[in-house]
Amino acid sequence: MSVSSMVQHFVRQLHWGAVRNALVASVLLAVAIVVGSRNLHDFDAALAGYTFATLFATFGIVYRYSVWLTKPATRRFWRRGWQMCFSPALWRGLRSPRILAGAVLSRLVIQDFVWRRGAWRWMGHMLIAGGCVLAAAITFPLVFGWIHFEQGAMGPDATYIVWFFGFPVHELPLEGIPSWFVFHGLIVASFLVIPGVMIAMYRRMTDHGAVAVQRFSRDLMPLILLFSVALSGLLLWISYEFLEGYFYSVLAQFHAFTVIGTLISLPFGKLFHIFQRPATLGVAYYKSPLAGHEQLACPVTGEAFAPALQTDDLNETLREMEFDFTAEGNEAPTWNEVSPKGRRMLIGRAHSRAREGRFS
Amino acid sequence: MSSPFKEFFIDFQRCIGCDACAAACSECNTHRGEPMIHVDKTDPGHSPQTTPMVCMHCKEPACALSCPADAIKIDENGIVHSSLKPRCIACRNCELACPFGVPKISENIQQMQKCDMCFDRTNAGKKPMCATVCPTGALFYGTLDEIRALRPQSKPINRWRFGRQTVETRVWVMVPTDVDEMVVDWPELMAGAEGPVDLAMKLKERFQLEGIMDPENHEPLPESLGSETTTSPGEAEFL
Repeated sequence: MSVSSMVQHFVRQLHWGAVRNALVASVLLAVAIVVGSRNLHDFDAALAGYTFATLFATFGIVYRYSVWLTKPATRRFWRRGWQMCFSPALWRGLRSPRILAGAVLSRLVIQDFVWRRGAWRWMGHMLIAGGCVLAAAITFPLVFGWIHFEQGAMGPDATYIVWFFGFPVHELPLEGIPSWFVFHGLIVASFLVIPGVMIAMYRRMTDHGAVAVQRFSRDLMPLILLFSVALSGLLLWISYEFLEGYFYSVLAQFHAFTVIGTLISLPFGKLFHIFQRPATLGVAYYKSPLAGHEQLACPVTGEAFAPALQTDDLNETLREMEFDFTAEGNEAPTWNEVSPKGRRMLIGRAHSRAREGRFS
Repeated sequence: MSSPFKEFFIDFQRCIGCDACAAACSECNTHRGEPMIHVDKTDPGHSPQTTPMVCMHCKEPACALSCPADAIKIDENGIVHSSLKPRCIACRNCELACPFGVPKISENIQQMQKCDMCFDRTNAGKKPMCATVCPTGALFYGTLDEIRALRPQSKPINRWRFGRQTVETRVWVMVPTDVDEMVVDWPELMAGAEGPVDLAMKLKERFQLEGIMDPENHEPLPESLGSETTTSPGEAEFL
């Protein structure tokens, strides 16, 4: 395949609606960077590489998210989620915010479902997630020039002034525990991420279930990336704090290389789940008893097995995907209105009919 | 290098419901203690028949196509895998879409798990756990030539029809030699048909009427319950 036909093929594959969304998001972020850094006055040129990597990552993430939303199942699920979230019926008795708050707490903040997969696993995931959130909260505003520090009072009680979006918002003493944490937030983050990665790596090396299905690019590469970011960042600190800047410039370049690599990989690899995962909140609206959906009973087992709303939505999706599980004659329920157990029972009976007593 | 994967065959008529497959399946570390194979009684109270059900690995899997999180992947060997853990949001679409009733949602770990034909074993040229232990050959793993030589009076097919929908699967099902398509219809659910639920209700009514036993608790029913139910002459005749 020639280069020009490869380019043509690539362009044909592009989803132009998603390109538009991604461009809009990247331009908005670029404008926010210019405005937030007071026309780049507060922008640190040394961090420009990070900024461009972030803009690229934003484009990629919004592009992938937009393409993802065009899938019939995803689109219907997305719309239904928001619809239920703002449904006036569910706002009676504040049920909607209660469902949402419960889901945010359980599924995003505490992640108790990971705990039930394993205590160490939860520990590893929380350390990595906590470290990454902390590091992101510090890095991005710094890189965008939204936050910078200027010298405040001089003398024995010297202070720093924190500027945010071009406004002085806080003055903090140069010495002391709070300012140590402010200036060493990324070191703290690396002390969370490194043990977290160690725990995850140990599990991936020893757990037979994990070993059976893991793949290098999908499961190990993200851990290696996070580890190299955290370790190189930590080495930078050791270099300037304890070794008088020994090897600093090489380490700084290596650190930039690992961070930019991670940012660029965000839209493609496993870490995209950070953006995809909040869809779990929509599920809560289908399932929560607070939502009070009518449950569909299986005509075979007689047991309630799913909210009728979900089976209706699913049937629409399946129709859109050109599946037709309706019975011939239209007098019976569609196959999806039978519970999974009921389906298996009917398959067994259908097989008996196909055999017509000819067992061999 | 040729693929290490062979073919999987289900021969429903051979299942004796021993659950050895389920016990072997639950040994696997990817879903500790929880079997991914289903063994169901097809008509409890009427027939001892049982049906083993593994993932049929559809060529166009309804589970993957209805997954809003893009969490179910089909590999180059035609294996439909369990949900990717970081992506699965346990919405249950797959469970409700699968025509064979295979995927299992574990609410407590927020994840769909299903039979992946023991990917770790078959990938290394071994048999899946269930087919290794099945004492009757209801679950068989091998080549088409092997199964044809072993069971000349049956033939393997991989075409199913559910109502108006045709489904092609990677896994084969053994049927009489003149059958080309496994037709799953549900005449018992047609309007006016005598369904198993009705039968169960009638049995229960009879137990209650005669004041003998509660079939679930094996205790005499309280009188108040028995006296409230009635039955029509037609039903009594039926019973």
